[in-house]
Amino acid sequence: MDWFRNIMMPPQGSAYAGEVDFVYMSLFWMSVVLFLGIAIPAVYFAWRYYYKPGRVTPHITHNTFLEITWSVLPLLLCVGIFFWGLKGWMEYAVAPGEAMEVQVTAKKWLWQFEYPDGTRTVGDLHVPINKPVKFVMTSEDVLHDFFVPDMRVKHDLIPGRFTEVWFNPTVMGKHIITCAEYCGKGHSDMRGTLTVESDADFAKFLETGGTEWEDYKTHMQDWGKIQWERKGCNSCHTYDGATSKGPTWKGIWGSTVELEGGGKVVVDEAYLRESMINPQAKIVKGFQPIMPTFQGLLRENEIQGLVAFIKSVQ
Amino acid sequence: MSTTSVDIHGEGHGDGHAHDPHHQHHFTTMEQQFDTAKIGMWLFLVTEILLFGGLFVGFGMMQARYPREFLEAHEHLTRWQGALNTVVLLFSSFTMVMAVDSAKKNKKDKTVFYLAITIICACIFLVVKYFEYAHKFEEGWLPGRFYHGEHDAIAGSHGYATFFAFYFMMTGLHGFHIVAGIVALLWILFRAKKGEFTSSYYTPVDLVGLYWHIVDLIWIYLFPLYYLIQ
Amino acid sequence: MDYNVTTMAVQTGPVSSAPSRPKKHYLNETKGFKSWACTLDHKRIGVMYLVGVLFAFMLGGTFALLVRLSLMTSKHMLFGKVLMTAEQYNRAFTLHGAIMVFLFIIPAVPGSLGNFVLPLMLGAKDVAFPRLNLASFYLWVTGAVMALTTLVLGAVDTGWTFYTPYSTTTEGPVTLMTGAAFVLGFSSIFTGLNFIATVHKLRAPGMGWFDMPLFIWGIYSTALIQVLATPVLGITLVLLMLERAFGIGIFDPRIGGDPVLFQHFFWFYSHPAVYIMILPGMAIISELIPTFSHKTIFGYRAIAYSSVSLALVSFIVWGHHMFVAGQSQLATVVFSALTFLVAIPSGVKVFNWLSTMYKGNISLEAPMLYAISFLILFAIGGLTGIFLGTLSTDVLLTDTYFVVAHFHYVMMGGTVTAFIGGLHYWWPKMTGRMYSEAWARIACVLYNIGFNMTFLTQFFLGSKGMPRRYYNYLDQFQPLHQFSTFGSWILGLSLFMTLAYLLASLRKPMDAPENPWGGTTLEWATSSPPPTSNFLEQPVVEREPYDYRPVVAAK
Repeated sequence: MDWFRNIMMPPQGSAYAGEVDFVYMSLFWMSVVLFLGIAIPAVYFAWRYYYKPGRVTPHITHNTFLEITWSVLPLLLCVGIFFWGLKGWMEYAVAPGEAMEVQVTAKKWLWQFEYPDGTRTVGDLHVPINKPVKFVMTSEDVLHDFFVPDMRVKHDLIPGRFTEVWFNPTVMGKHIITCAEYCGKGHSDMRGTLTVESDADFAKFLETGGTEWEDYKTHMQDWGKIQWERKGCNSCHTYDGATSKGPTWKGIWGSTVELEGGGKVVVDEAYLRESMINPQAKIVKGFQPIMPTFQGLLRENEIQGLVAFIKSVQ
Repeated sequence: MSTTSVDIHGEGHGDGHAHDPHHQHHFTTMEQQFDTAKIGMWLFLVTEILLFGGLFVGFGMMQARYPREFLEAHEHLTRWQGALNTVVLLFSSFTMVMAVDSAKKNKKDKTVFYLAITIICACIFLVVKYFEYAHKFEEGWLPGRFYHGEHDAIAGSHGYATFFAFYFMMTGLHGFHIVAGIVALLWILFRAKKGEFTSSYYTPVDLVGLYWHIVDLIWIYLFPLYYLIQ
Repeated sequence: MDYNVTTMAVQTGPVSSAPSRPKKHYLNETKGFKSWACTLDHKRIGVMYLVGVLFAFMLGGTFALLVRLSLMTSKHMLFGKVLMTAEQYNRAFTLHGAIMVFLFIIPAVPGSLGNFVLPLMLGAKDVAFPRLNLASFYLWVTGAVMALTTLVLGAVDTGWTFYTPYSTTTEGPVTLMTGAAFVLGFSSIFTGLNFIATVHKLRAPGMGWFDMPLFIWGIYSTALIQVLATPVLGITLVLLMLERAFGIGIFDPRIGGDPVLFQHFFWFYSHPAVYIMILPGMAIISELIPTFSHKTIFGYRAIAYSSVSLALVSFIVWGHHMFVAGQSQLATVVFSALTFLVAIPSGVKVFNWLSTMYKGNISLEAPMLYAISFLILFAIGGLTGIFLGTLSTDVLLTDTYFVVAHFHYVMMGGTVTAFIGGLHYWWPKMTGRMYSEAWARIACVLYNIGFNMTFLTQFFLGSKGMPRRYYNYLDQFQPLHQFSTFGSWILGLSLFMTLAYLLASLRKPMDAPENPWGGTTLEWATSSPPPTSNFLEQPVVEREPYDYRPVVAAK
């Protein structure tokens, strides 16, 4: 009966989806039987006992046995269905401890994803196959709802609160992410793509910074400016000439700076790289050695971006 | 429930009873009419309690969220004024009972007297409330985004504004009920003066009495909630 | 006075016998605008309510047809033009929902048929508080005017549920719209309060609680909910208005409020409100089935108790609207379990109705056709409710078209079908005229075809993952959407036909007999239309309701 299920349900993207579908299809066939149990007598009686003038009808007021039966049997059936639904839902409600955590932030009308290593993407979610992923979600404005039909999961995102949802994808390829809580004009366009890929592809995705990087590839200085904010450079370095805890970046490119403990150095790419990876090596005169190392926190393309940005603020 | 019986058909009660002018055509007896009016009034009072009930629940939830702010903000309320109002309303409930009792016993002058005292009590309540509100306005303890109180222990917390939002909403809604009560009391005062109520027909006095008691009862819950709870 | 009419009195086909009707009845006793506008007669108020709710139904239906028309193509293009922009679309479905819920379906049966029939069935001259009854109608009018004013001011786009924080931040006359719902709430409270007092105190001599027609039991249960739940909606809407005006912060997350709290408050009313809508429908069906089966109702007490128990259960299941909305997980589990309780009394009713038909003498006039349609459509609506009460499947289905289809099967397939059936049933009593039976049967068949085309497809859209309130949708859903839209035209046509032949019947002279269907309840013991005082003599009840045993000459 798979073909029939495929008519009614979205493609299955996880083992859990299969379980939900089994409950759904069982309820469906049960409902068909119960529906016929109501519709057939209704139509049959109307035909069988069609009006004849003068016919006297029996005076049947009640039948205690029947009435108890059709109260108790549905009750038992309902109790059974409740526990069946509960069993599936427990799986949905409790994420396994080892699940990878992805932060989801929704706002009118886009999805933002942030991975454990700080990689961010908009509307483009990548996850490795056969590994549970937990989404810790919040909204910046109104209610939204993170709905992945193929995974059979859905949960509201609430401003000022964190909610969670998780799944364990088992089918490679692209799946739809869509918003299921009305959020205004762009509600129906608030879509995203979930790509389930191999571990290797996922690692590559993280390494390059994902599709966000793809967008900025040709605008390296903008990419650098984003890193300046995102990686916290902005808390000590300005680019408008004002002095902060660290030297301003304005006009620093190509200049020669004096160092603490004597000596001078020309600010070029090699020096900037060294300052990010090993900041204590050379301290500009007049500043404290307070900068932490960014080794492992900056990707190659981010370092290049920052250099390009510094180069651009003359 | 009504002043005059509007007889729109002129038929339908040709059953030979002697007619009280207050007897409405669709009731068989005056007792039935009285009981029906009472059921109606009780149902209305149930809706009133549910109306305030929603606000009590909301208050409880916000108090759980901002326990410290609510405690501090409640210190801003003037306890003796609240206590005075409680006493005034309790006393007015007593005079209301006396008014209903007098009406039932055909004592017209006493009914008028007790109703007048009840109205005066209600007015005292509103005057006290006016001074309370005026003080809050001066200090900037206003609801929601209009709140600009000073020297809050947890500066910038929205808890104070929320507290006063609820304070004004709940006491304001209650105050509105007091005003409505005064109007109703005045209405039956004038009718009592005209001698419309007798031991066989005093339904309006009884119903306004019920209403007045529920308004008092709500205050009995509001007073400890806002002024006393630590 | 013998009001028990046996099977002998049934007339099918054209009515030949000259109806016994007094010269003066409630329609012609007084004349002029003022005699209607200031009337205290429950029958006239019922008729005015009927005109009002039918107007609201037409307006809400127009928005429904527009929404469906716009969804014909995934890009909303029709003949090369964009029919609606996303903003217009959002306003259209909000208006459809708000008008249908607050202006039509909540007051529809109690306000019109309930007002007209309830005192008649009780053998009373009027409702307990006629002036309150008129006040309730004018509150409805006020609410309607306020709601329609929002149309001029740009209309709201919040959805009829007014979820925060969207509703507190969006532009548009949201405050006026919530104010309208607030006023309409009080209209509903007054109607309910009036009916409870009437049922308690104004039953005819000899009529005990279990001698009341089941319609009364249904309306009584409805009235309980109207009185006990609506004030909470009132206060919720007041909080929402104050939130917009003062920023009190109770629902606003930016300043520590909780938007989910609004949903709790809202559904605490709006779930019971679902039963304000369906219980009167069930109440009508409980009249139609025994009358047209010419057989006593099976399980009278079970049906009566199931109405009251549905009313009570309705108060403890509101959380099933919020399984994925961020309420606590324990609450979700408890609400799911409680939700299944609804199935029991609903099932009891359906089984009792079927048993009533068993061995009956069933005539298939239009009201009975609608009753059988109700059984079938409501069965689908009820059974699909199981999918939504079950936790694991609800996570997939909630907020999709599956939910839309489900509640349309219950609200429209259930309540509206019953309402139309009841309207046909009591039309002769209200107007003194028979409508065209042939046209009525055609319209009923078209209604069923159109309804199922429109909404059955939406179950499939939903389970396939199409979220509700969507302007743009994936191309793969377009064929199903188009099928649904075609269905909506047939549905609209059938309703338009119904209106047309009902109105056409008003042009002919009065021809309805006292009891055209062979009903046994008291409203059939007076003329059609009834005199202003309802009965020329006070009826006295001596037999159980729905007693179809032949009257033995024992007087």
